[in-house]
Amino acid sequence: MVQVKALLAKPWIWSFVGAFLVWIAAVAFTRGHGGGGMIIAALSLAVFMVIVGIGQMFVITLGPGNVDLSLPANIGLASAVAMKVMDGNDSMVAIGLLAALACGFAIGAANYLLIWALRIPPIIATLSAAFIIQSIDISYGRGLQIKPPPGFADFANLRYFGIPVLAMLAVLLAIAAGIVLNRTVYGRSVLAIGQNLRAARLAGVKVQRTSFLTYALAGTLGGIDGALLAAYFRGANVDIGNEYLLASIAVVVIGGTSVAGGKANVPGVWGAALFLVLLLTMLNTFGVSVGIRLVLTGLIIVGVITAAGGPKAER
Amino acid sequence: MAALLPAGAPSRSGRETARRTRLLRALLPALSLAIVLGAIAWLNPRAISYFGFSLMLNLAIPIALATISQMFVIAGNELDLSIGTFVGFVGCVTATWLHDAPLLGAAVLLGSIAVYALLGALIHLRNLPSIVVTLGMSFVWQGLAILILPKPGGKAPDWLLAVTGFKPPFVPFPIVAALVIAAIVHFGLMRTSYGAVLRGSGGNPAAIARAGWSLLRTKMVLFGLAGLFGVLSGMTLIGITTSADANIGNGYTLLAIAGVILGGGEFMGGRVSPVGAVIGALTLALAASPLLTFMRIPPDWQVAANGAILIVVLAARVLISRREA
Repeated sequence: MVQVKALLAKPWIWSFVGAFLVWIAAVAFTRGHGGGGMIIAALSLAVFMVIVGIGQMFVITLGPGNVDLSLPANIGLASAVAMKVMDGNDSMVAIGLLAALACGFAIGAANYLLIWALRIPPIIATLSAAFIIQSIDISYGRGLQIKPPPGFADFANLRYFGIPVLAMLAVLLAIAAGIVLNRTVYGRSVLAIGQNLRAARLAGVKVQRTSFLTYALAGTLGGIDGALLAAYFRGANVDIGNEYLLASIAVVVIGGTSVAGGKANVPGVWGAALFLVLLLTMLNTFGVSVGIRLVLTGLIIVGVITAAGGPKAER
Repeated sequence: MAALLPAGAPSRSGRETARRTRLLRALLPALSLAIVLGAIAWLNPRAISYFGFSLMLNLAIPIALATISQMFVIAGNELDLSIGTFVGFVGCVTATWLHDAPLLGAAVLLGSIAVYALLGALIHLRNLPSIVVTLGMSFVWQGLAILILPKPGGKAPDWLLAVTGFKPPFVPFPIVAALVIAAIVHFGLMRTSYGAVLRGSGGNPAAIARAGWSLLRTKMVLFGLAGLFGVLSGMTLIGITTSADANIGNGYTLLAIAGVILGGGEFMGGRVSPVGAVIGALTLALAASPLLTFMRIPPDWQVAANGAILIVVLAARVLISRREA
């Protein structure tokens, strides 16, 4: 009983409960058909939200005003870079992945450079960067669908014992993120800065280096996500990252991370990602039109945020 | 500089520099607009004419109105990431119901302003992050727009076409409209006592609450005004384009934020400038396409131009502020 209570006190449990309820609703509608398939499909799609979500979580944890709005543009550009470098050739997969990583890292570093040099709020810095990255992507990708090498595409869709390999890797990534956040000097620094920037600075936390690493990390994860998305959907295009602006922020907040910063929640990112994907699956099984699906998705996100309540005012 | 001086006795020259820096900072938005205009005049002198301005600034009015809408939200230390899809929703309502059943259309538009005010109340009462709430709402508006108008089409009401097609003598309509919008909002927000309370609710909410003003009401008024100007933006947009599309306003979300910041607005502290916001919107509207066309830069780089202008202006602001410090 005590254990159940302790579990219920965890802020991330609600996202899993939500995901479970949505799944039950979908399965009830189909009278029990395809419940397992739904979970497998949800796992494959949730992976992409989890990867950017973890990056966004580190950024948001830095404190109020910290958010990376350039992730969708970043994903778009990295997917194009990866596909162009790989050029449909299986032997170039590793180099293409490295290129996507480097591209994402460079974008993250550029973001922090803008924040630091211009002393502007990160929202505006990443917004201006997003404008520019988007143009580079349009000009570089020329709106063409560039196909991934067959081996890489197969890997992105590979399953062991019915479970998507990418999902397993994303679970490992989440565990690693949890360890980094709670057990390393860097992770503790991120939390400290989010809780109280001034106190952290006075306590000798290297604020600038930590912030730089955080934006670079978010950018890099965006880059990986872009390459994997292009492989999974068998092609890169400019709009491939668009839905991840809302998704990356939503999974962080629904997952129980505080928007005010200083309190991060790694398992919640997985729960919230599954919740969002299963929500979409549920609405699809109900057979509603695009318009109604969008309206319901929006209302449910607002509803969940309202129910979960905002951060308590700490002054 | 101020730190070096003995407290309570700022030197005259120090005060003078501070005053000049502040003036320079306030003039920065106008200066950026002048530079963009100068560049256009240099590249294509014929564009600087009644007809040229009417054409180049065609879409500037809806952008300016959307920017003002965003400015009200930012004045309350919040951010609206749904204004673009909201403008699209209003556009779809305008091109369908407002044309076919004016009463129903008007009721829906008024209702949507009420929804904005209620969102403000929700954000205040539950202490919610406005970014997430408005991101969620952006889906709702987009979905509603698609439900109303699944395929691009519809028709603007005739009276709206008459308003946006108005051709005043000597000065092109977009410029007149920009002046009128800037003057009205400036008077309301900067010159009235409740306007000061509204700005104060972003600058120092605790003080405003202690002075006996309801923060719930200020937030509802700010969001309601944001809804009102969002509606005006969507209606003028349809007046200009004559028909609608569910995605017509999507780009406005980021443009509007950029416009507010370009115009000298700050994210925190209720520091905004209505005149600056309108100037910022005009600068973006001019720099995004006419300037690039005259410079023969492919349209691919249109979006980048917005980002680059934002960065350049902010860099200039840092340089000026550094002198202040």
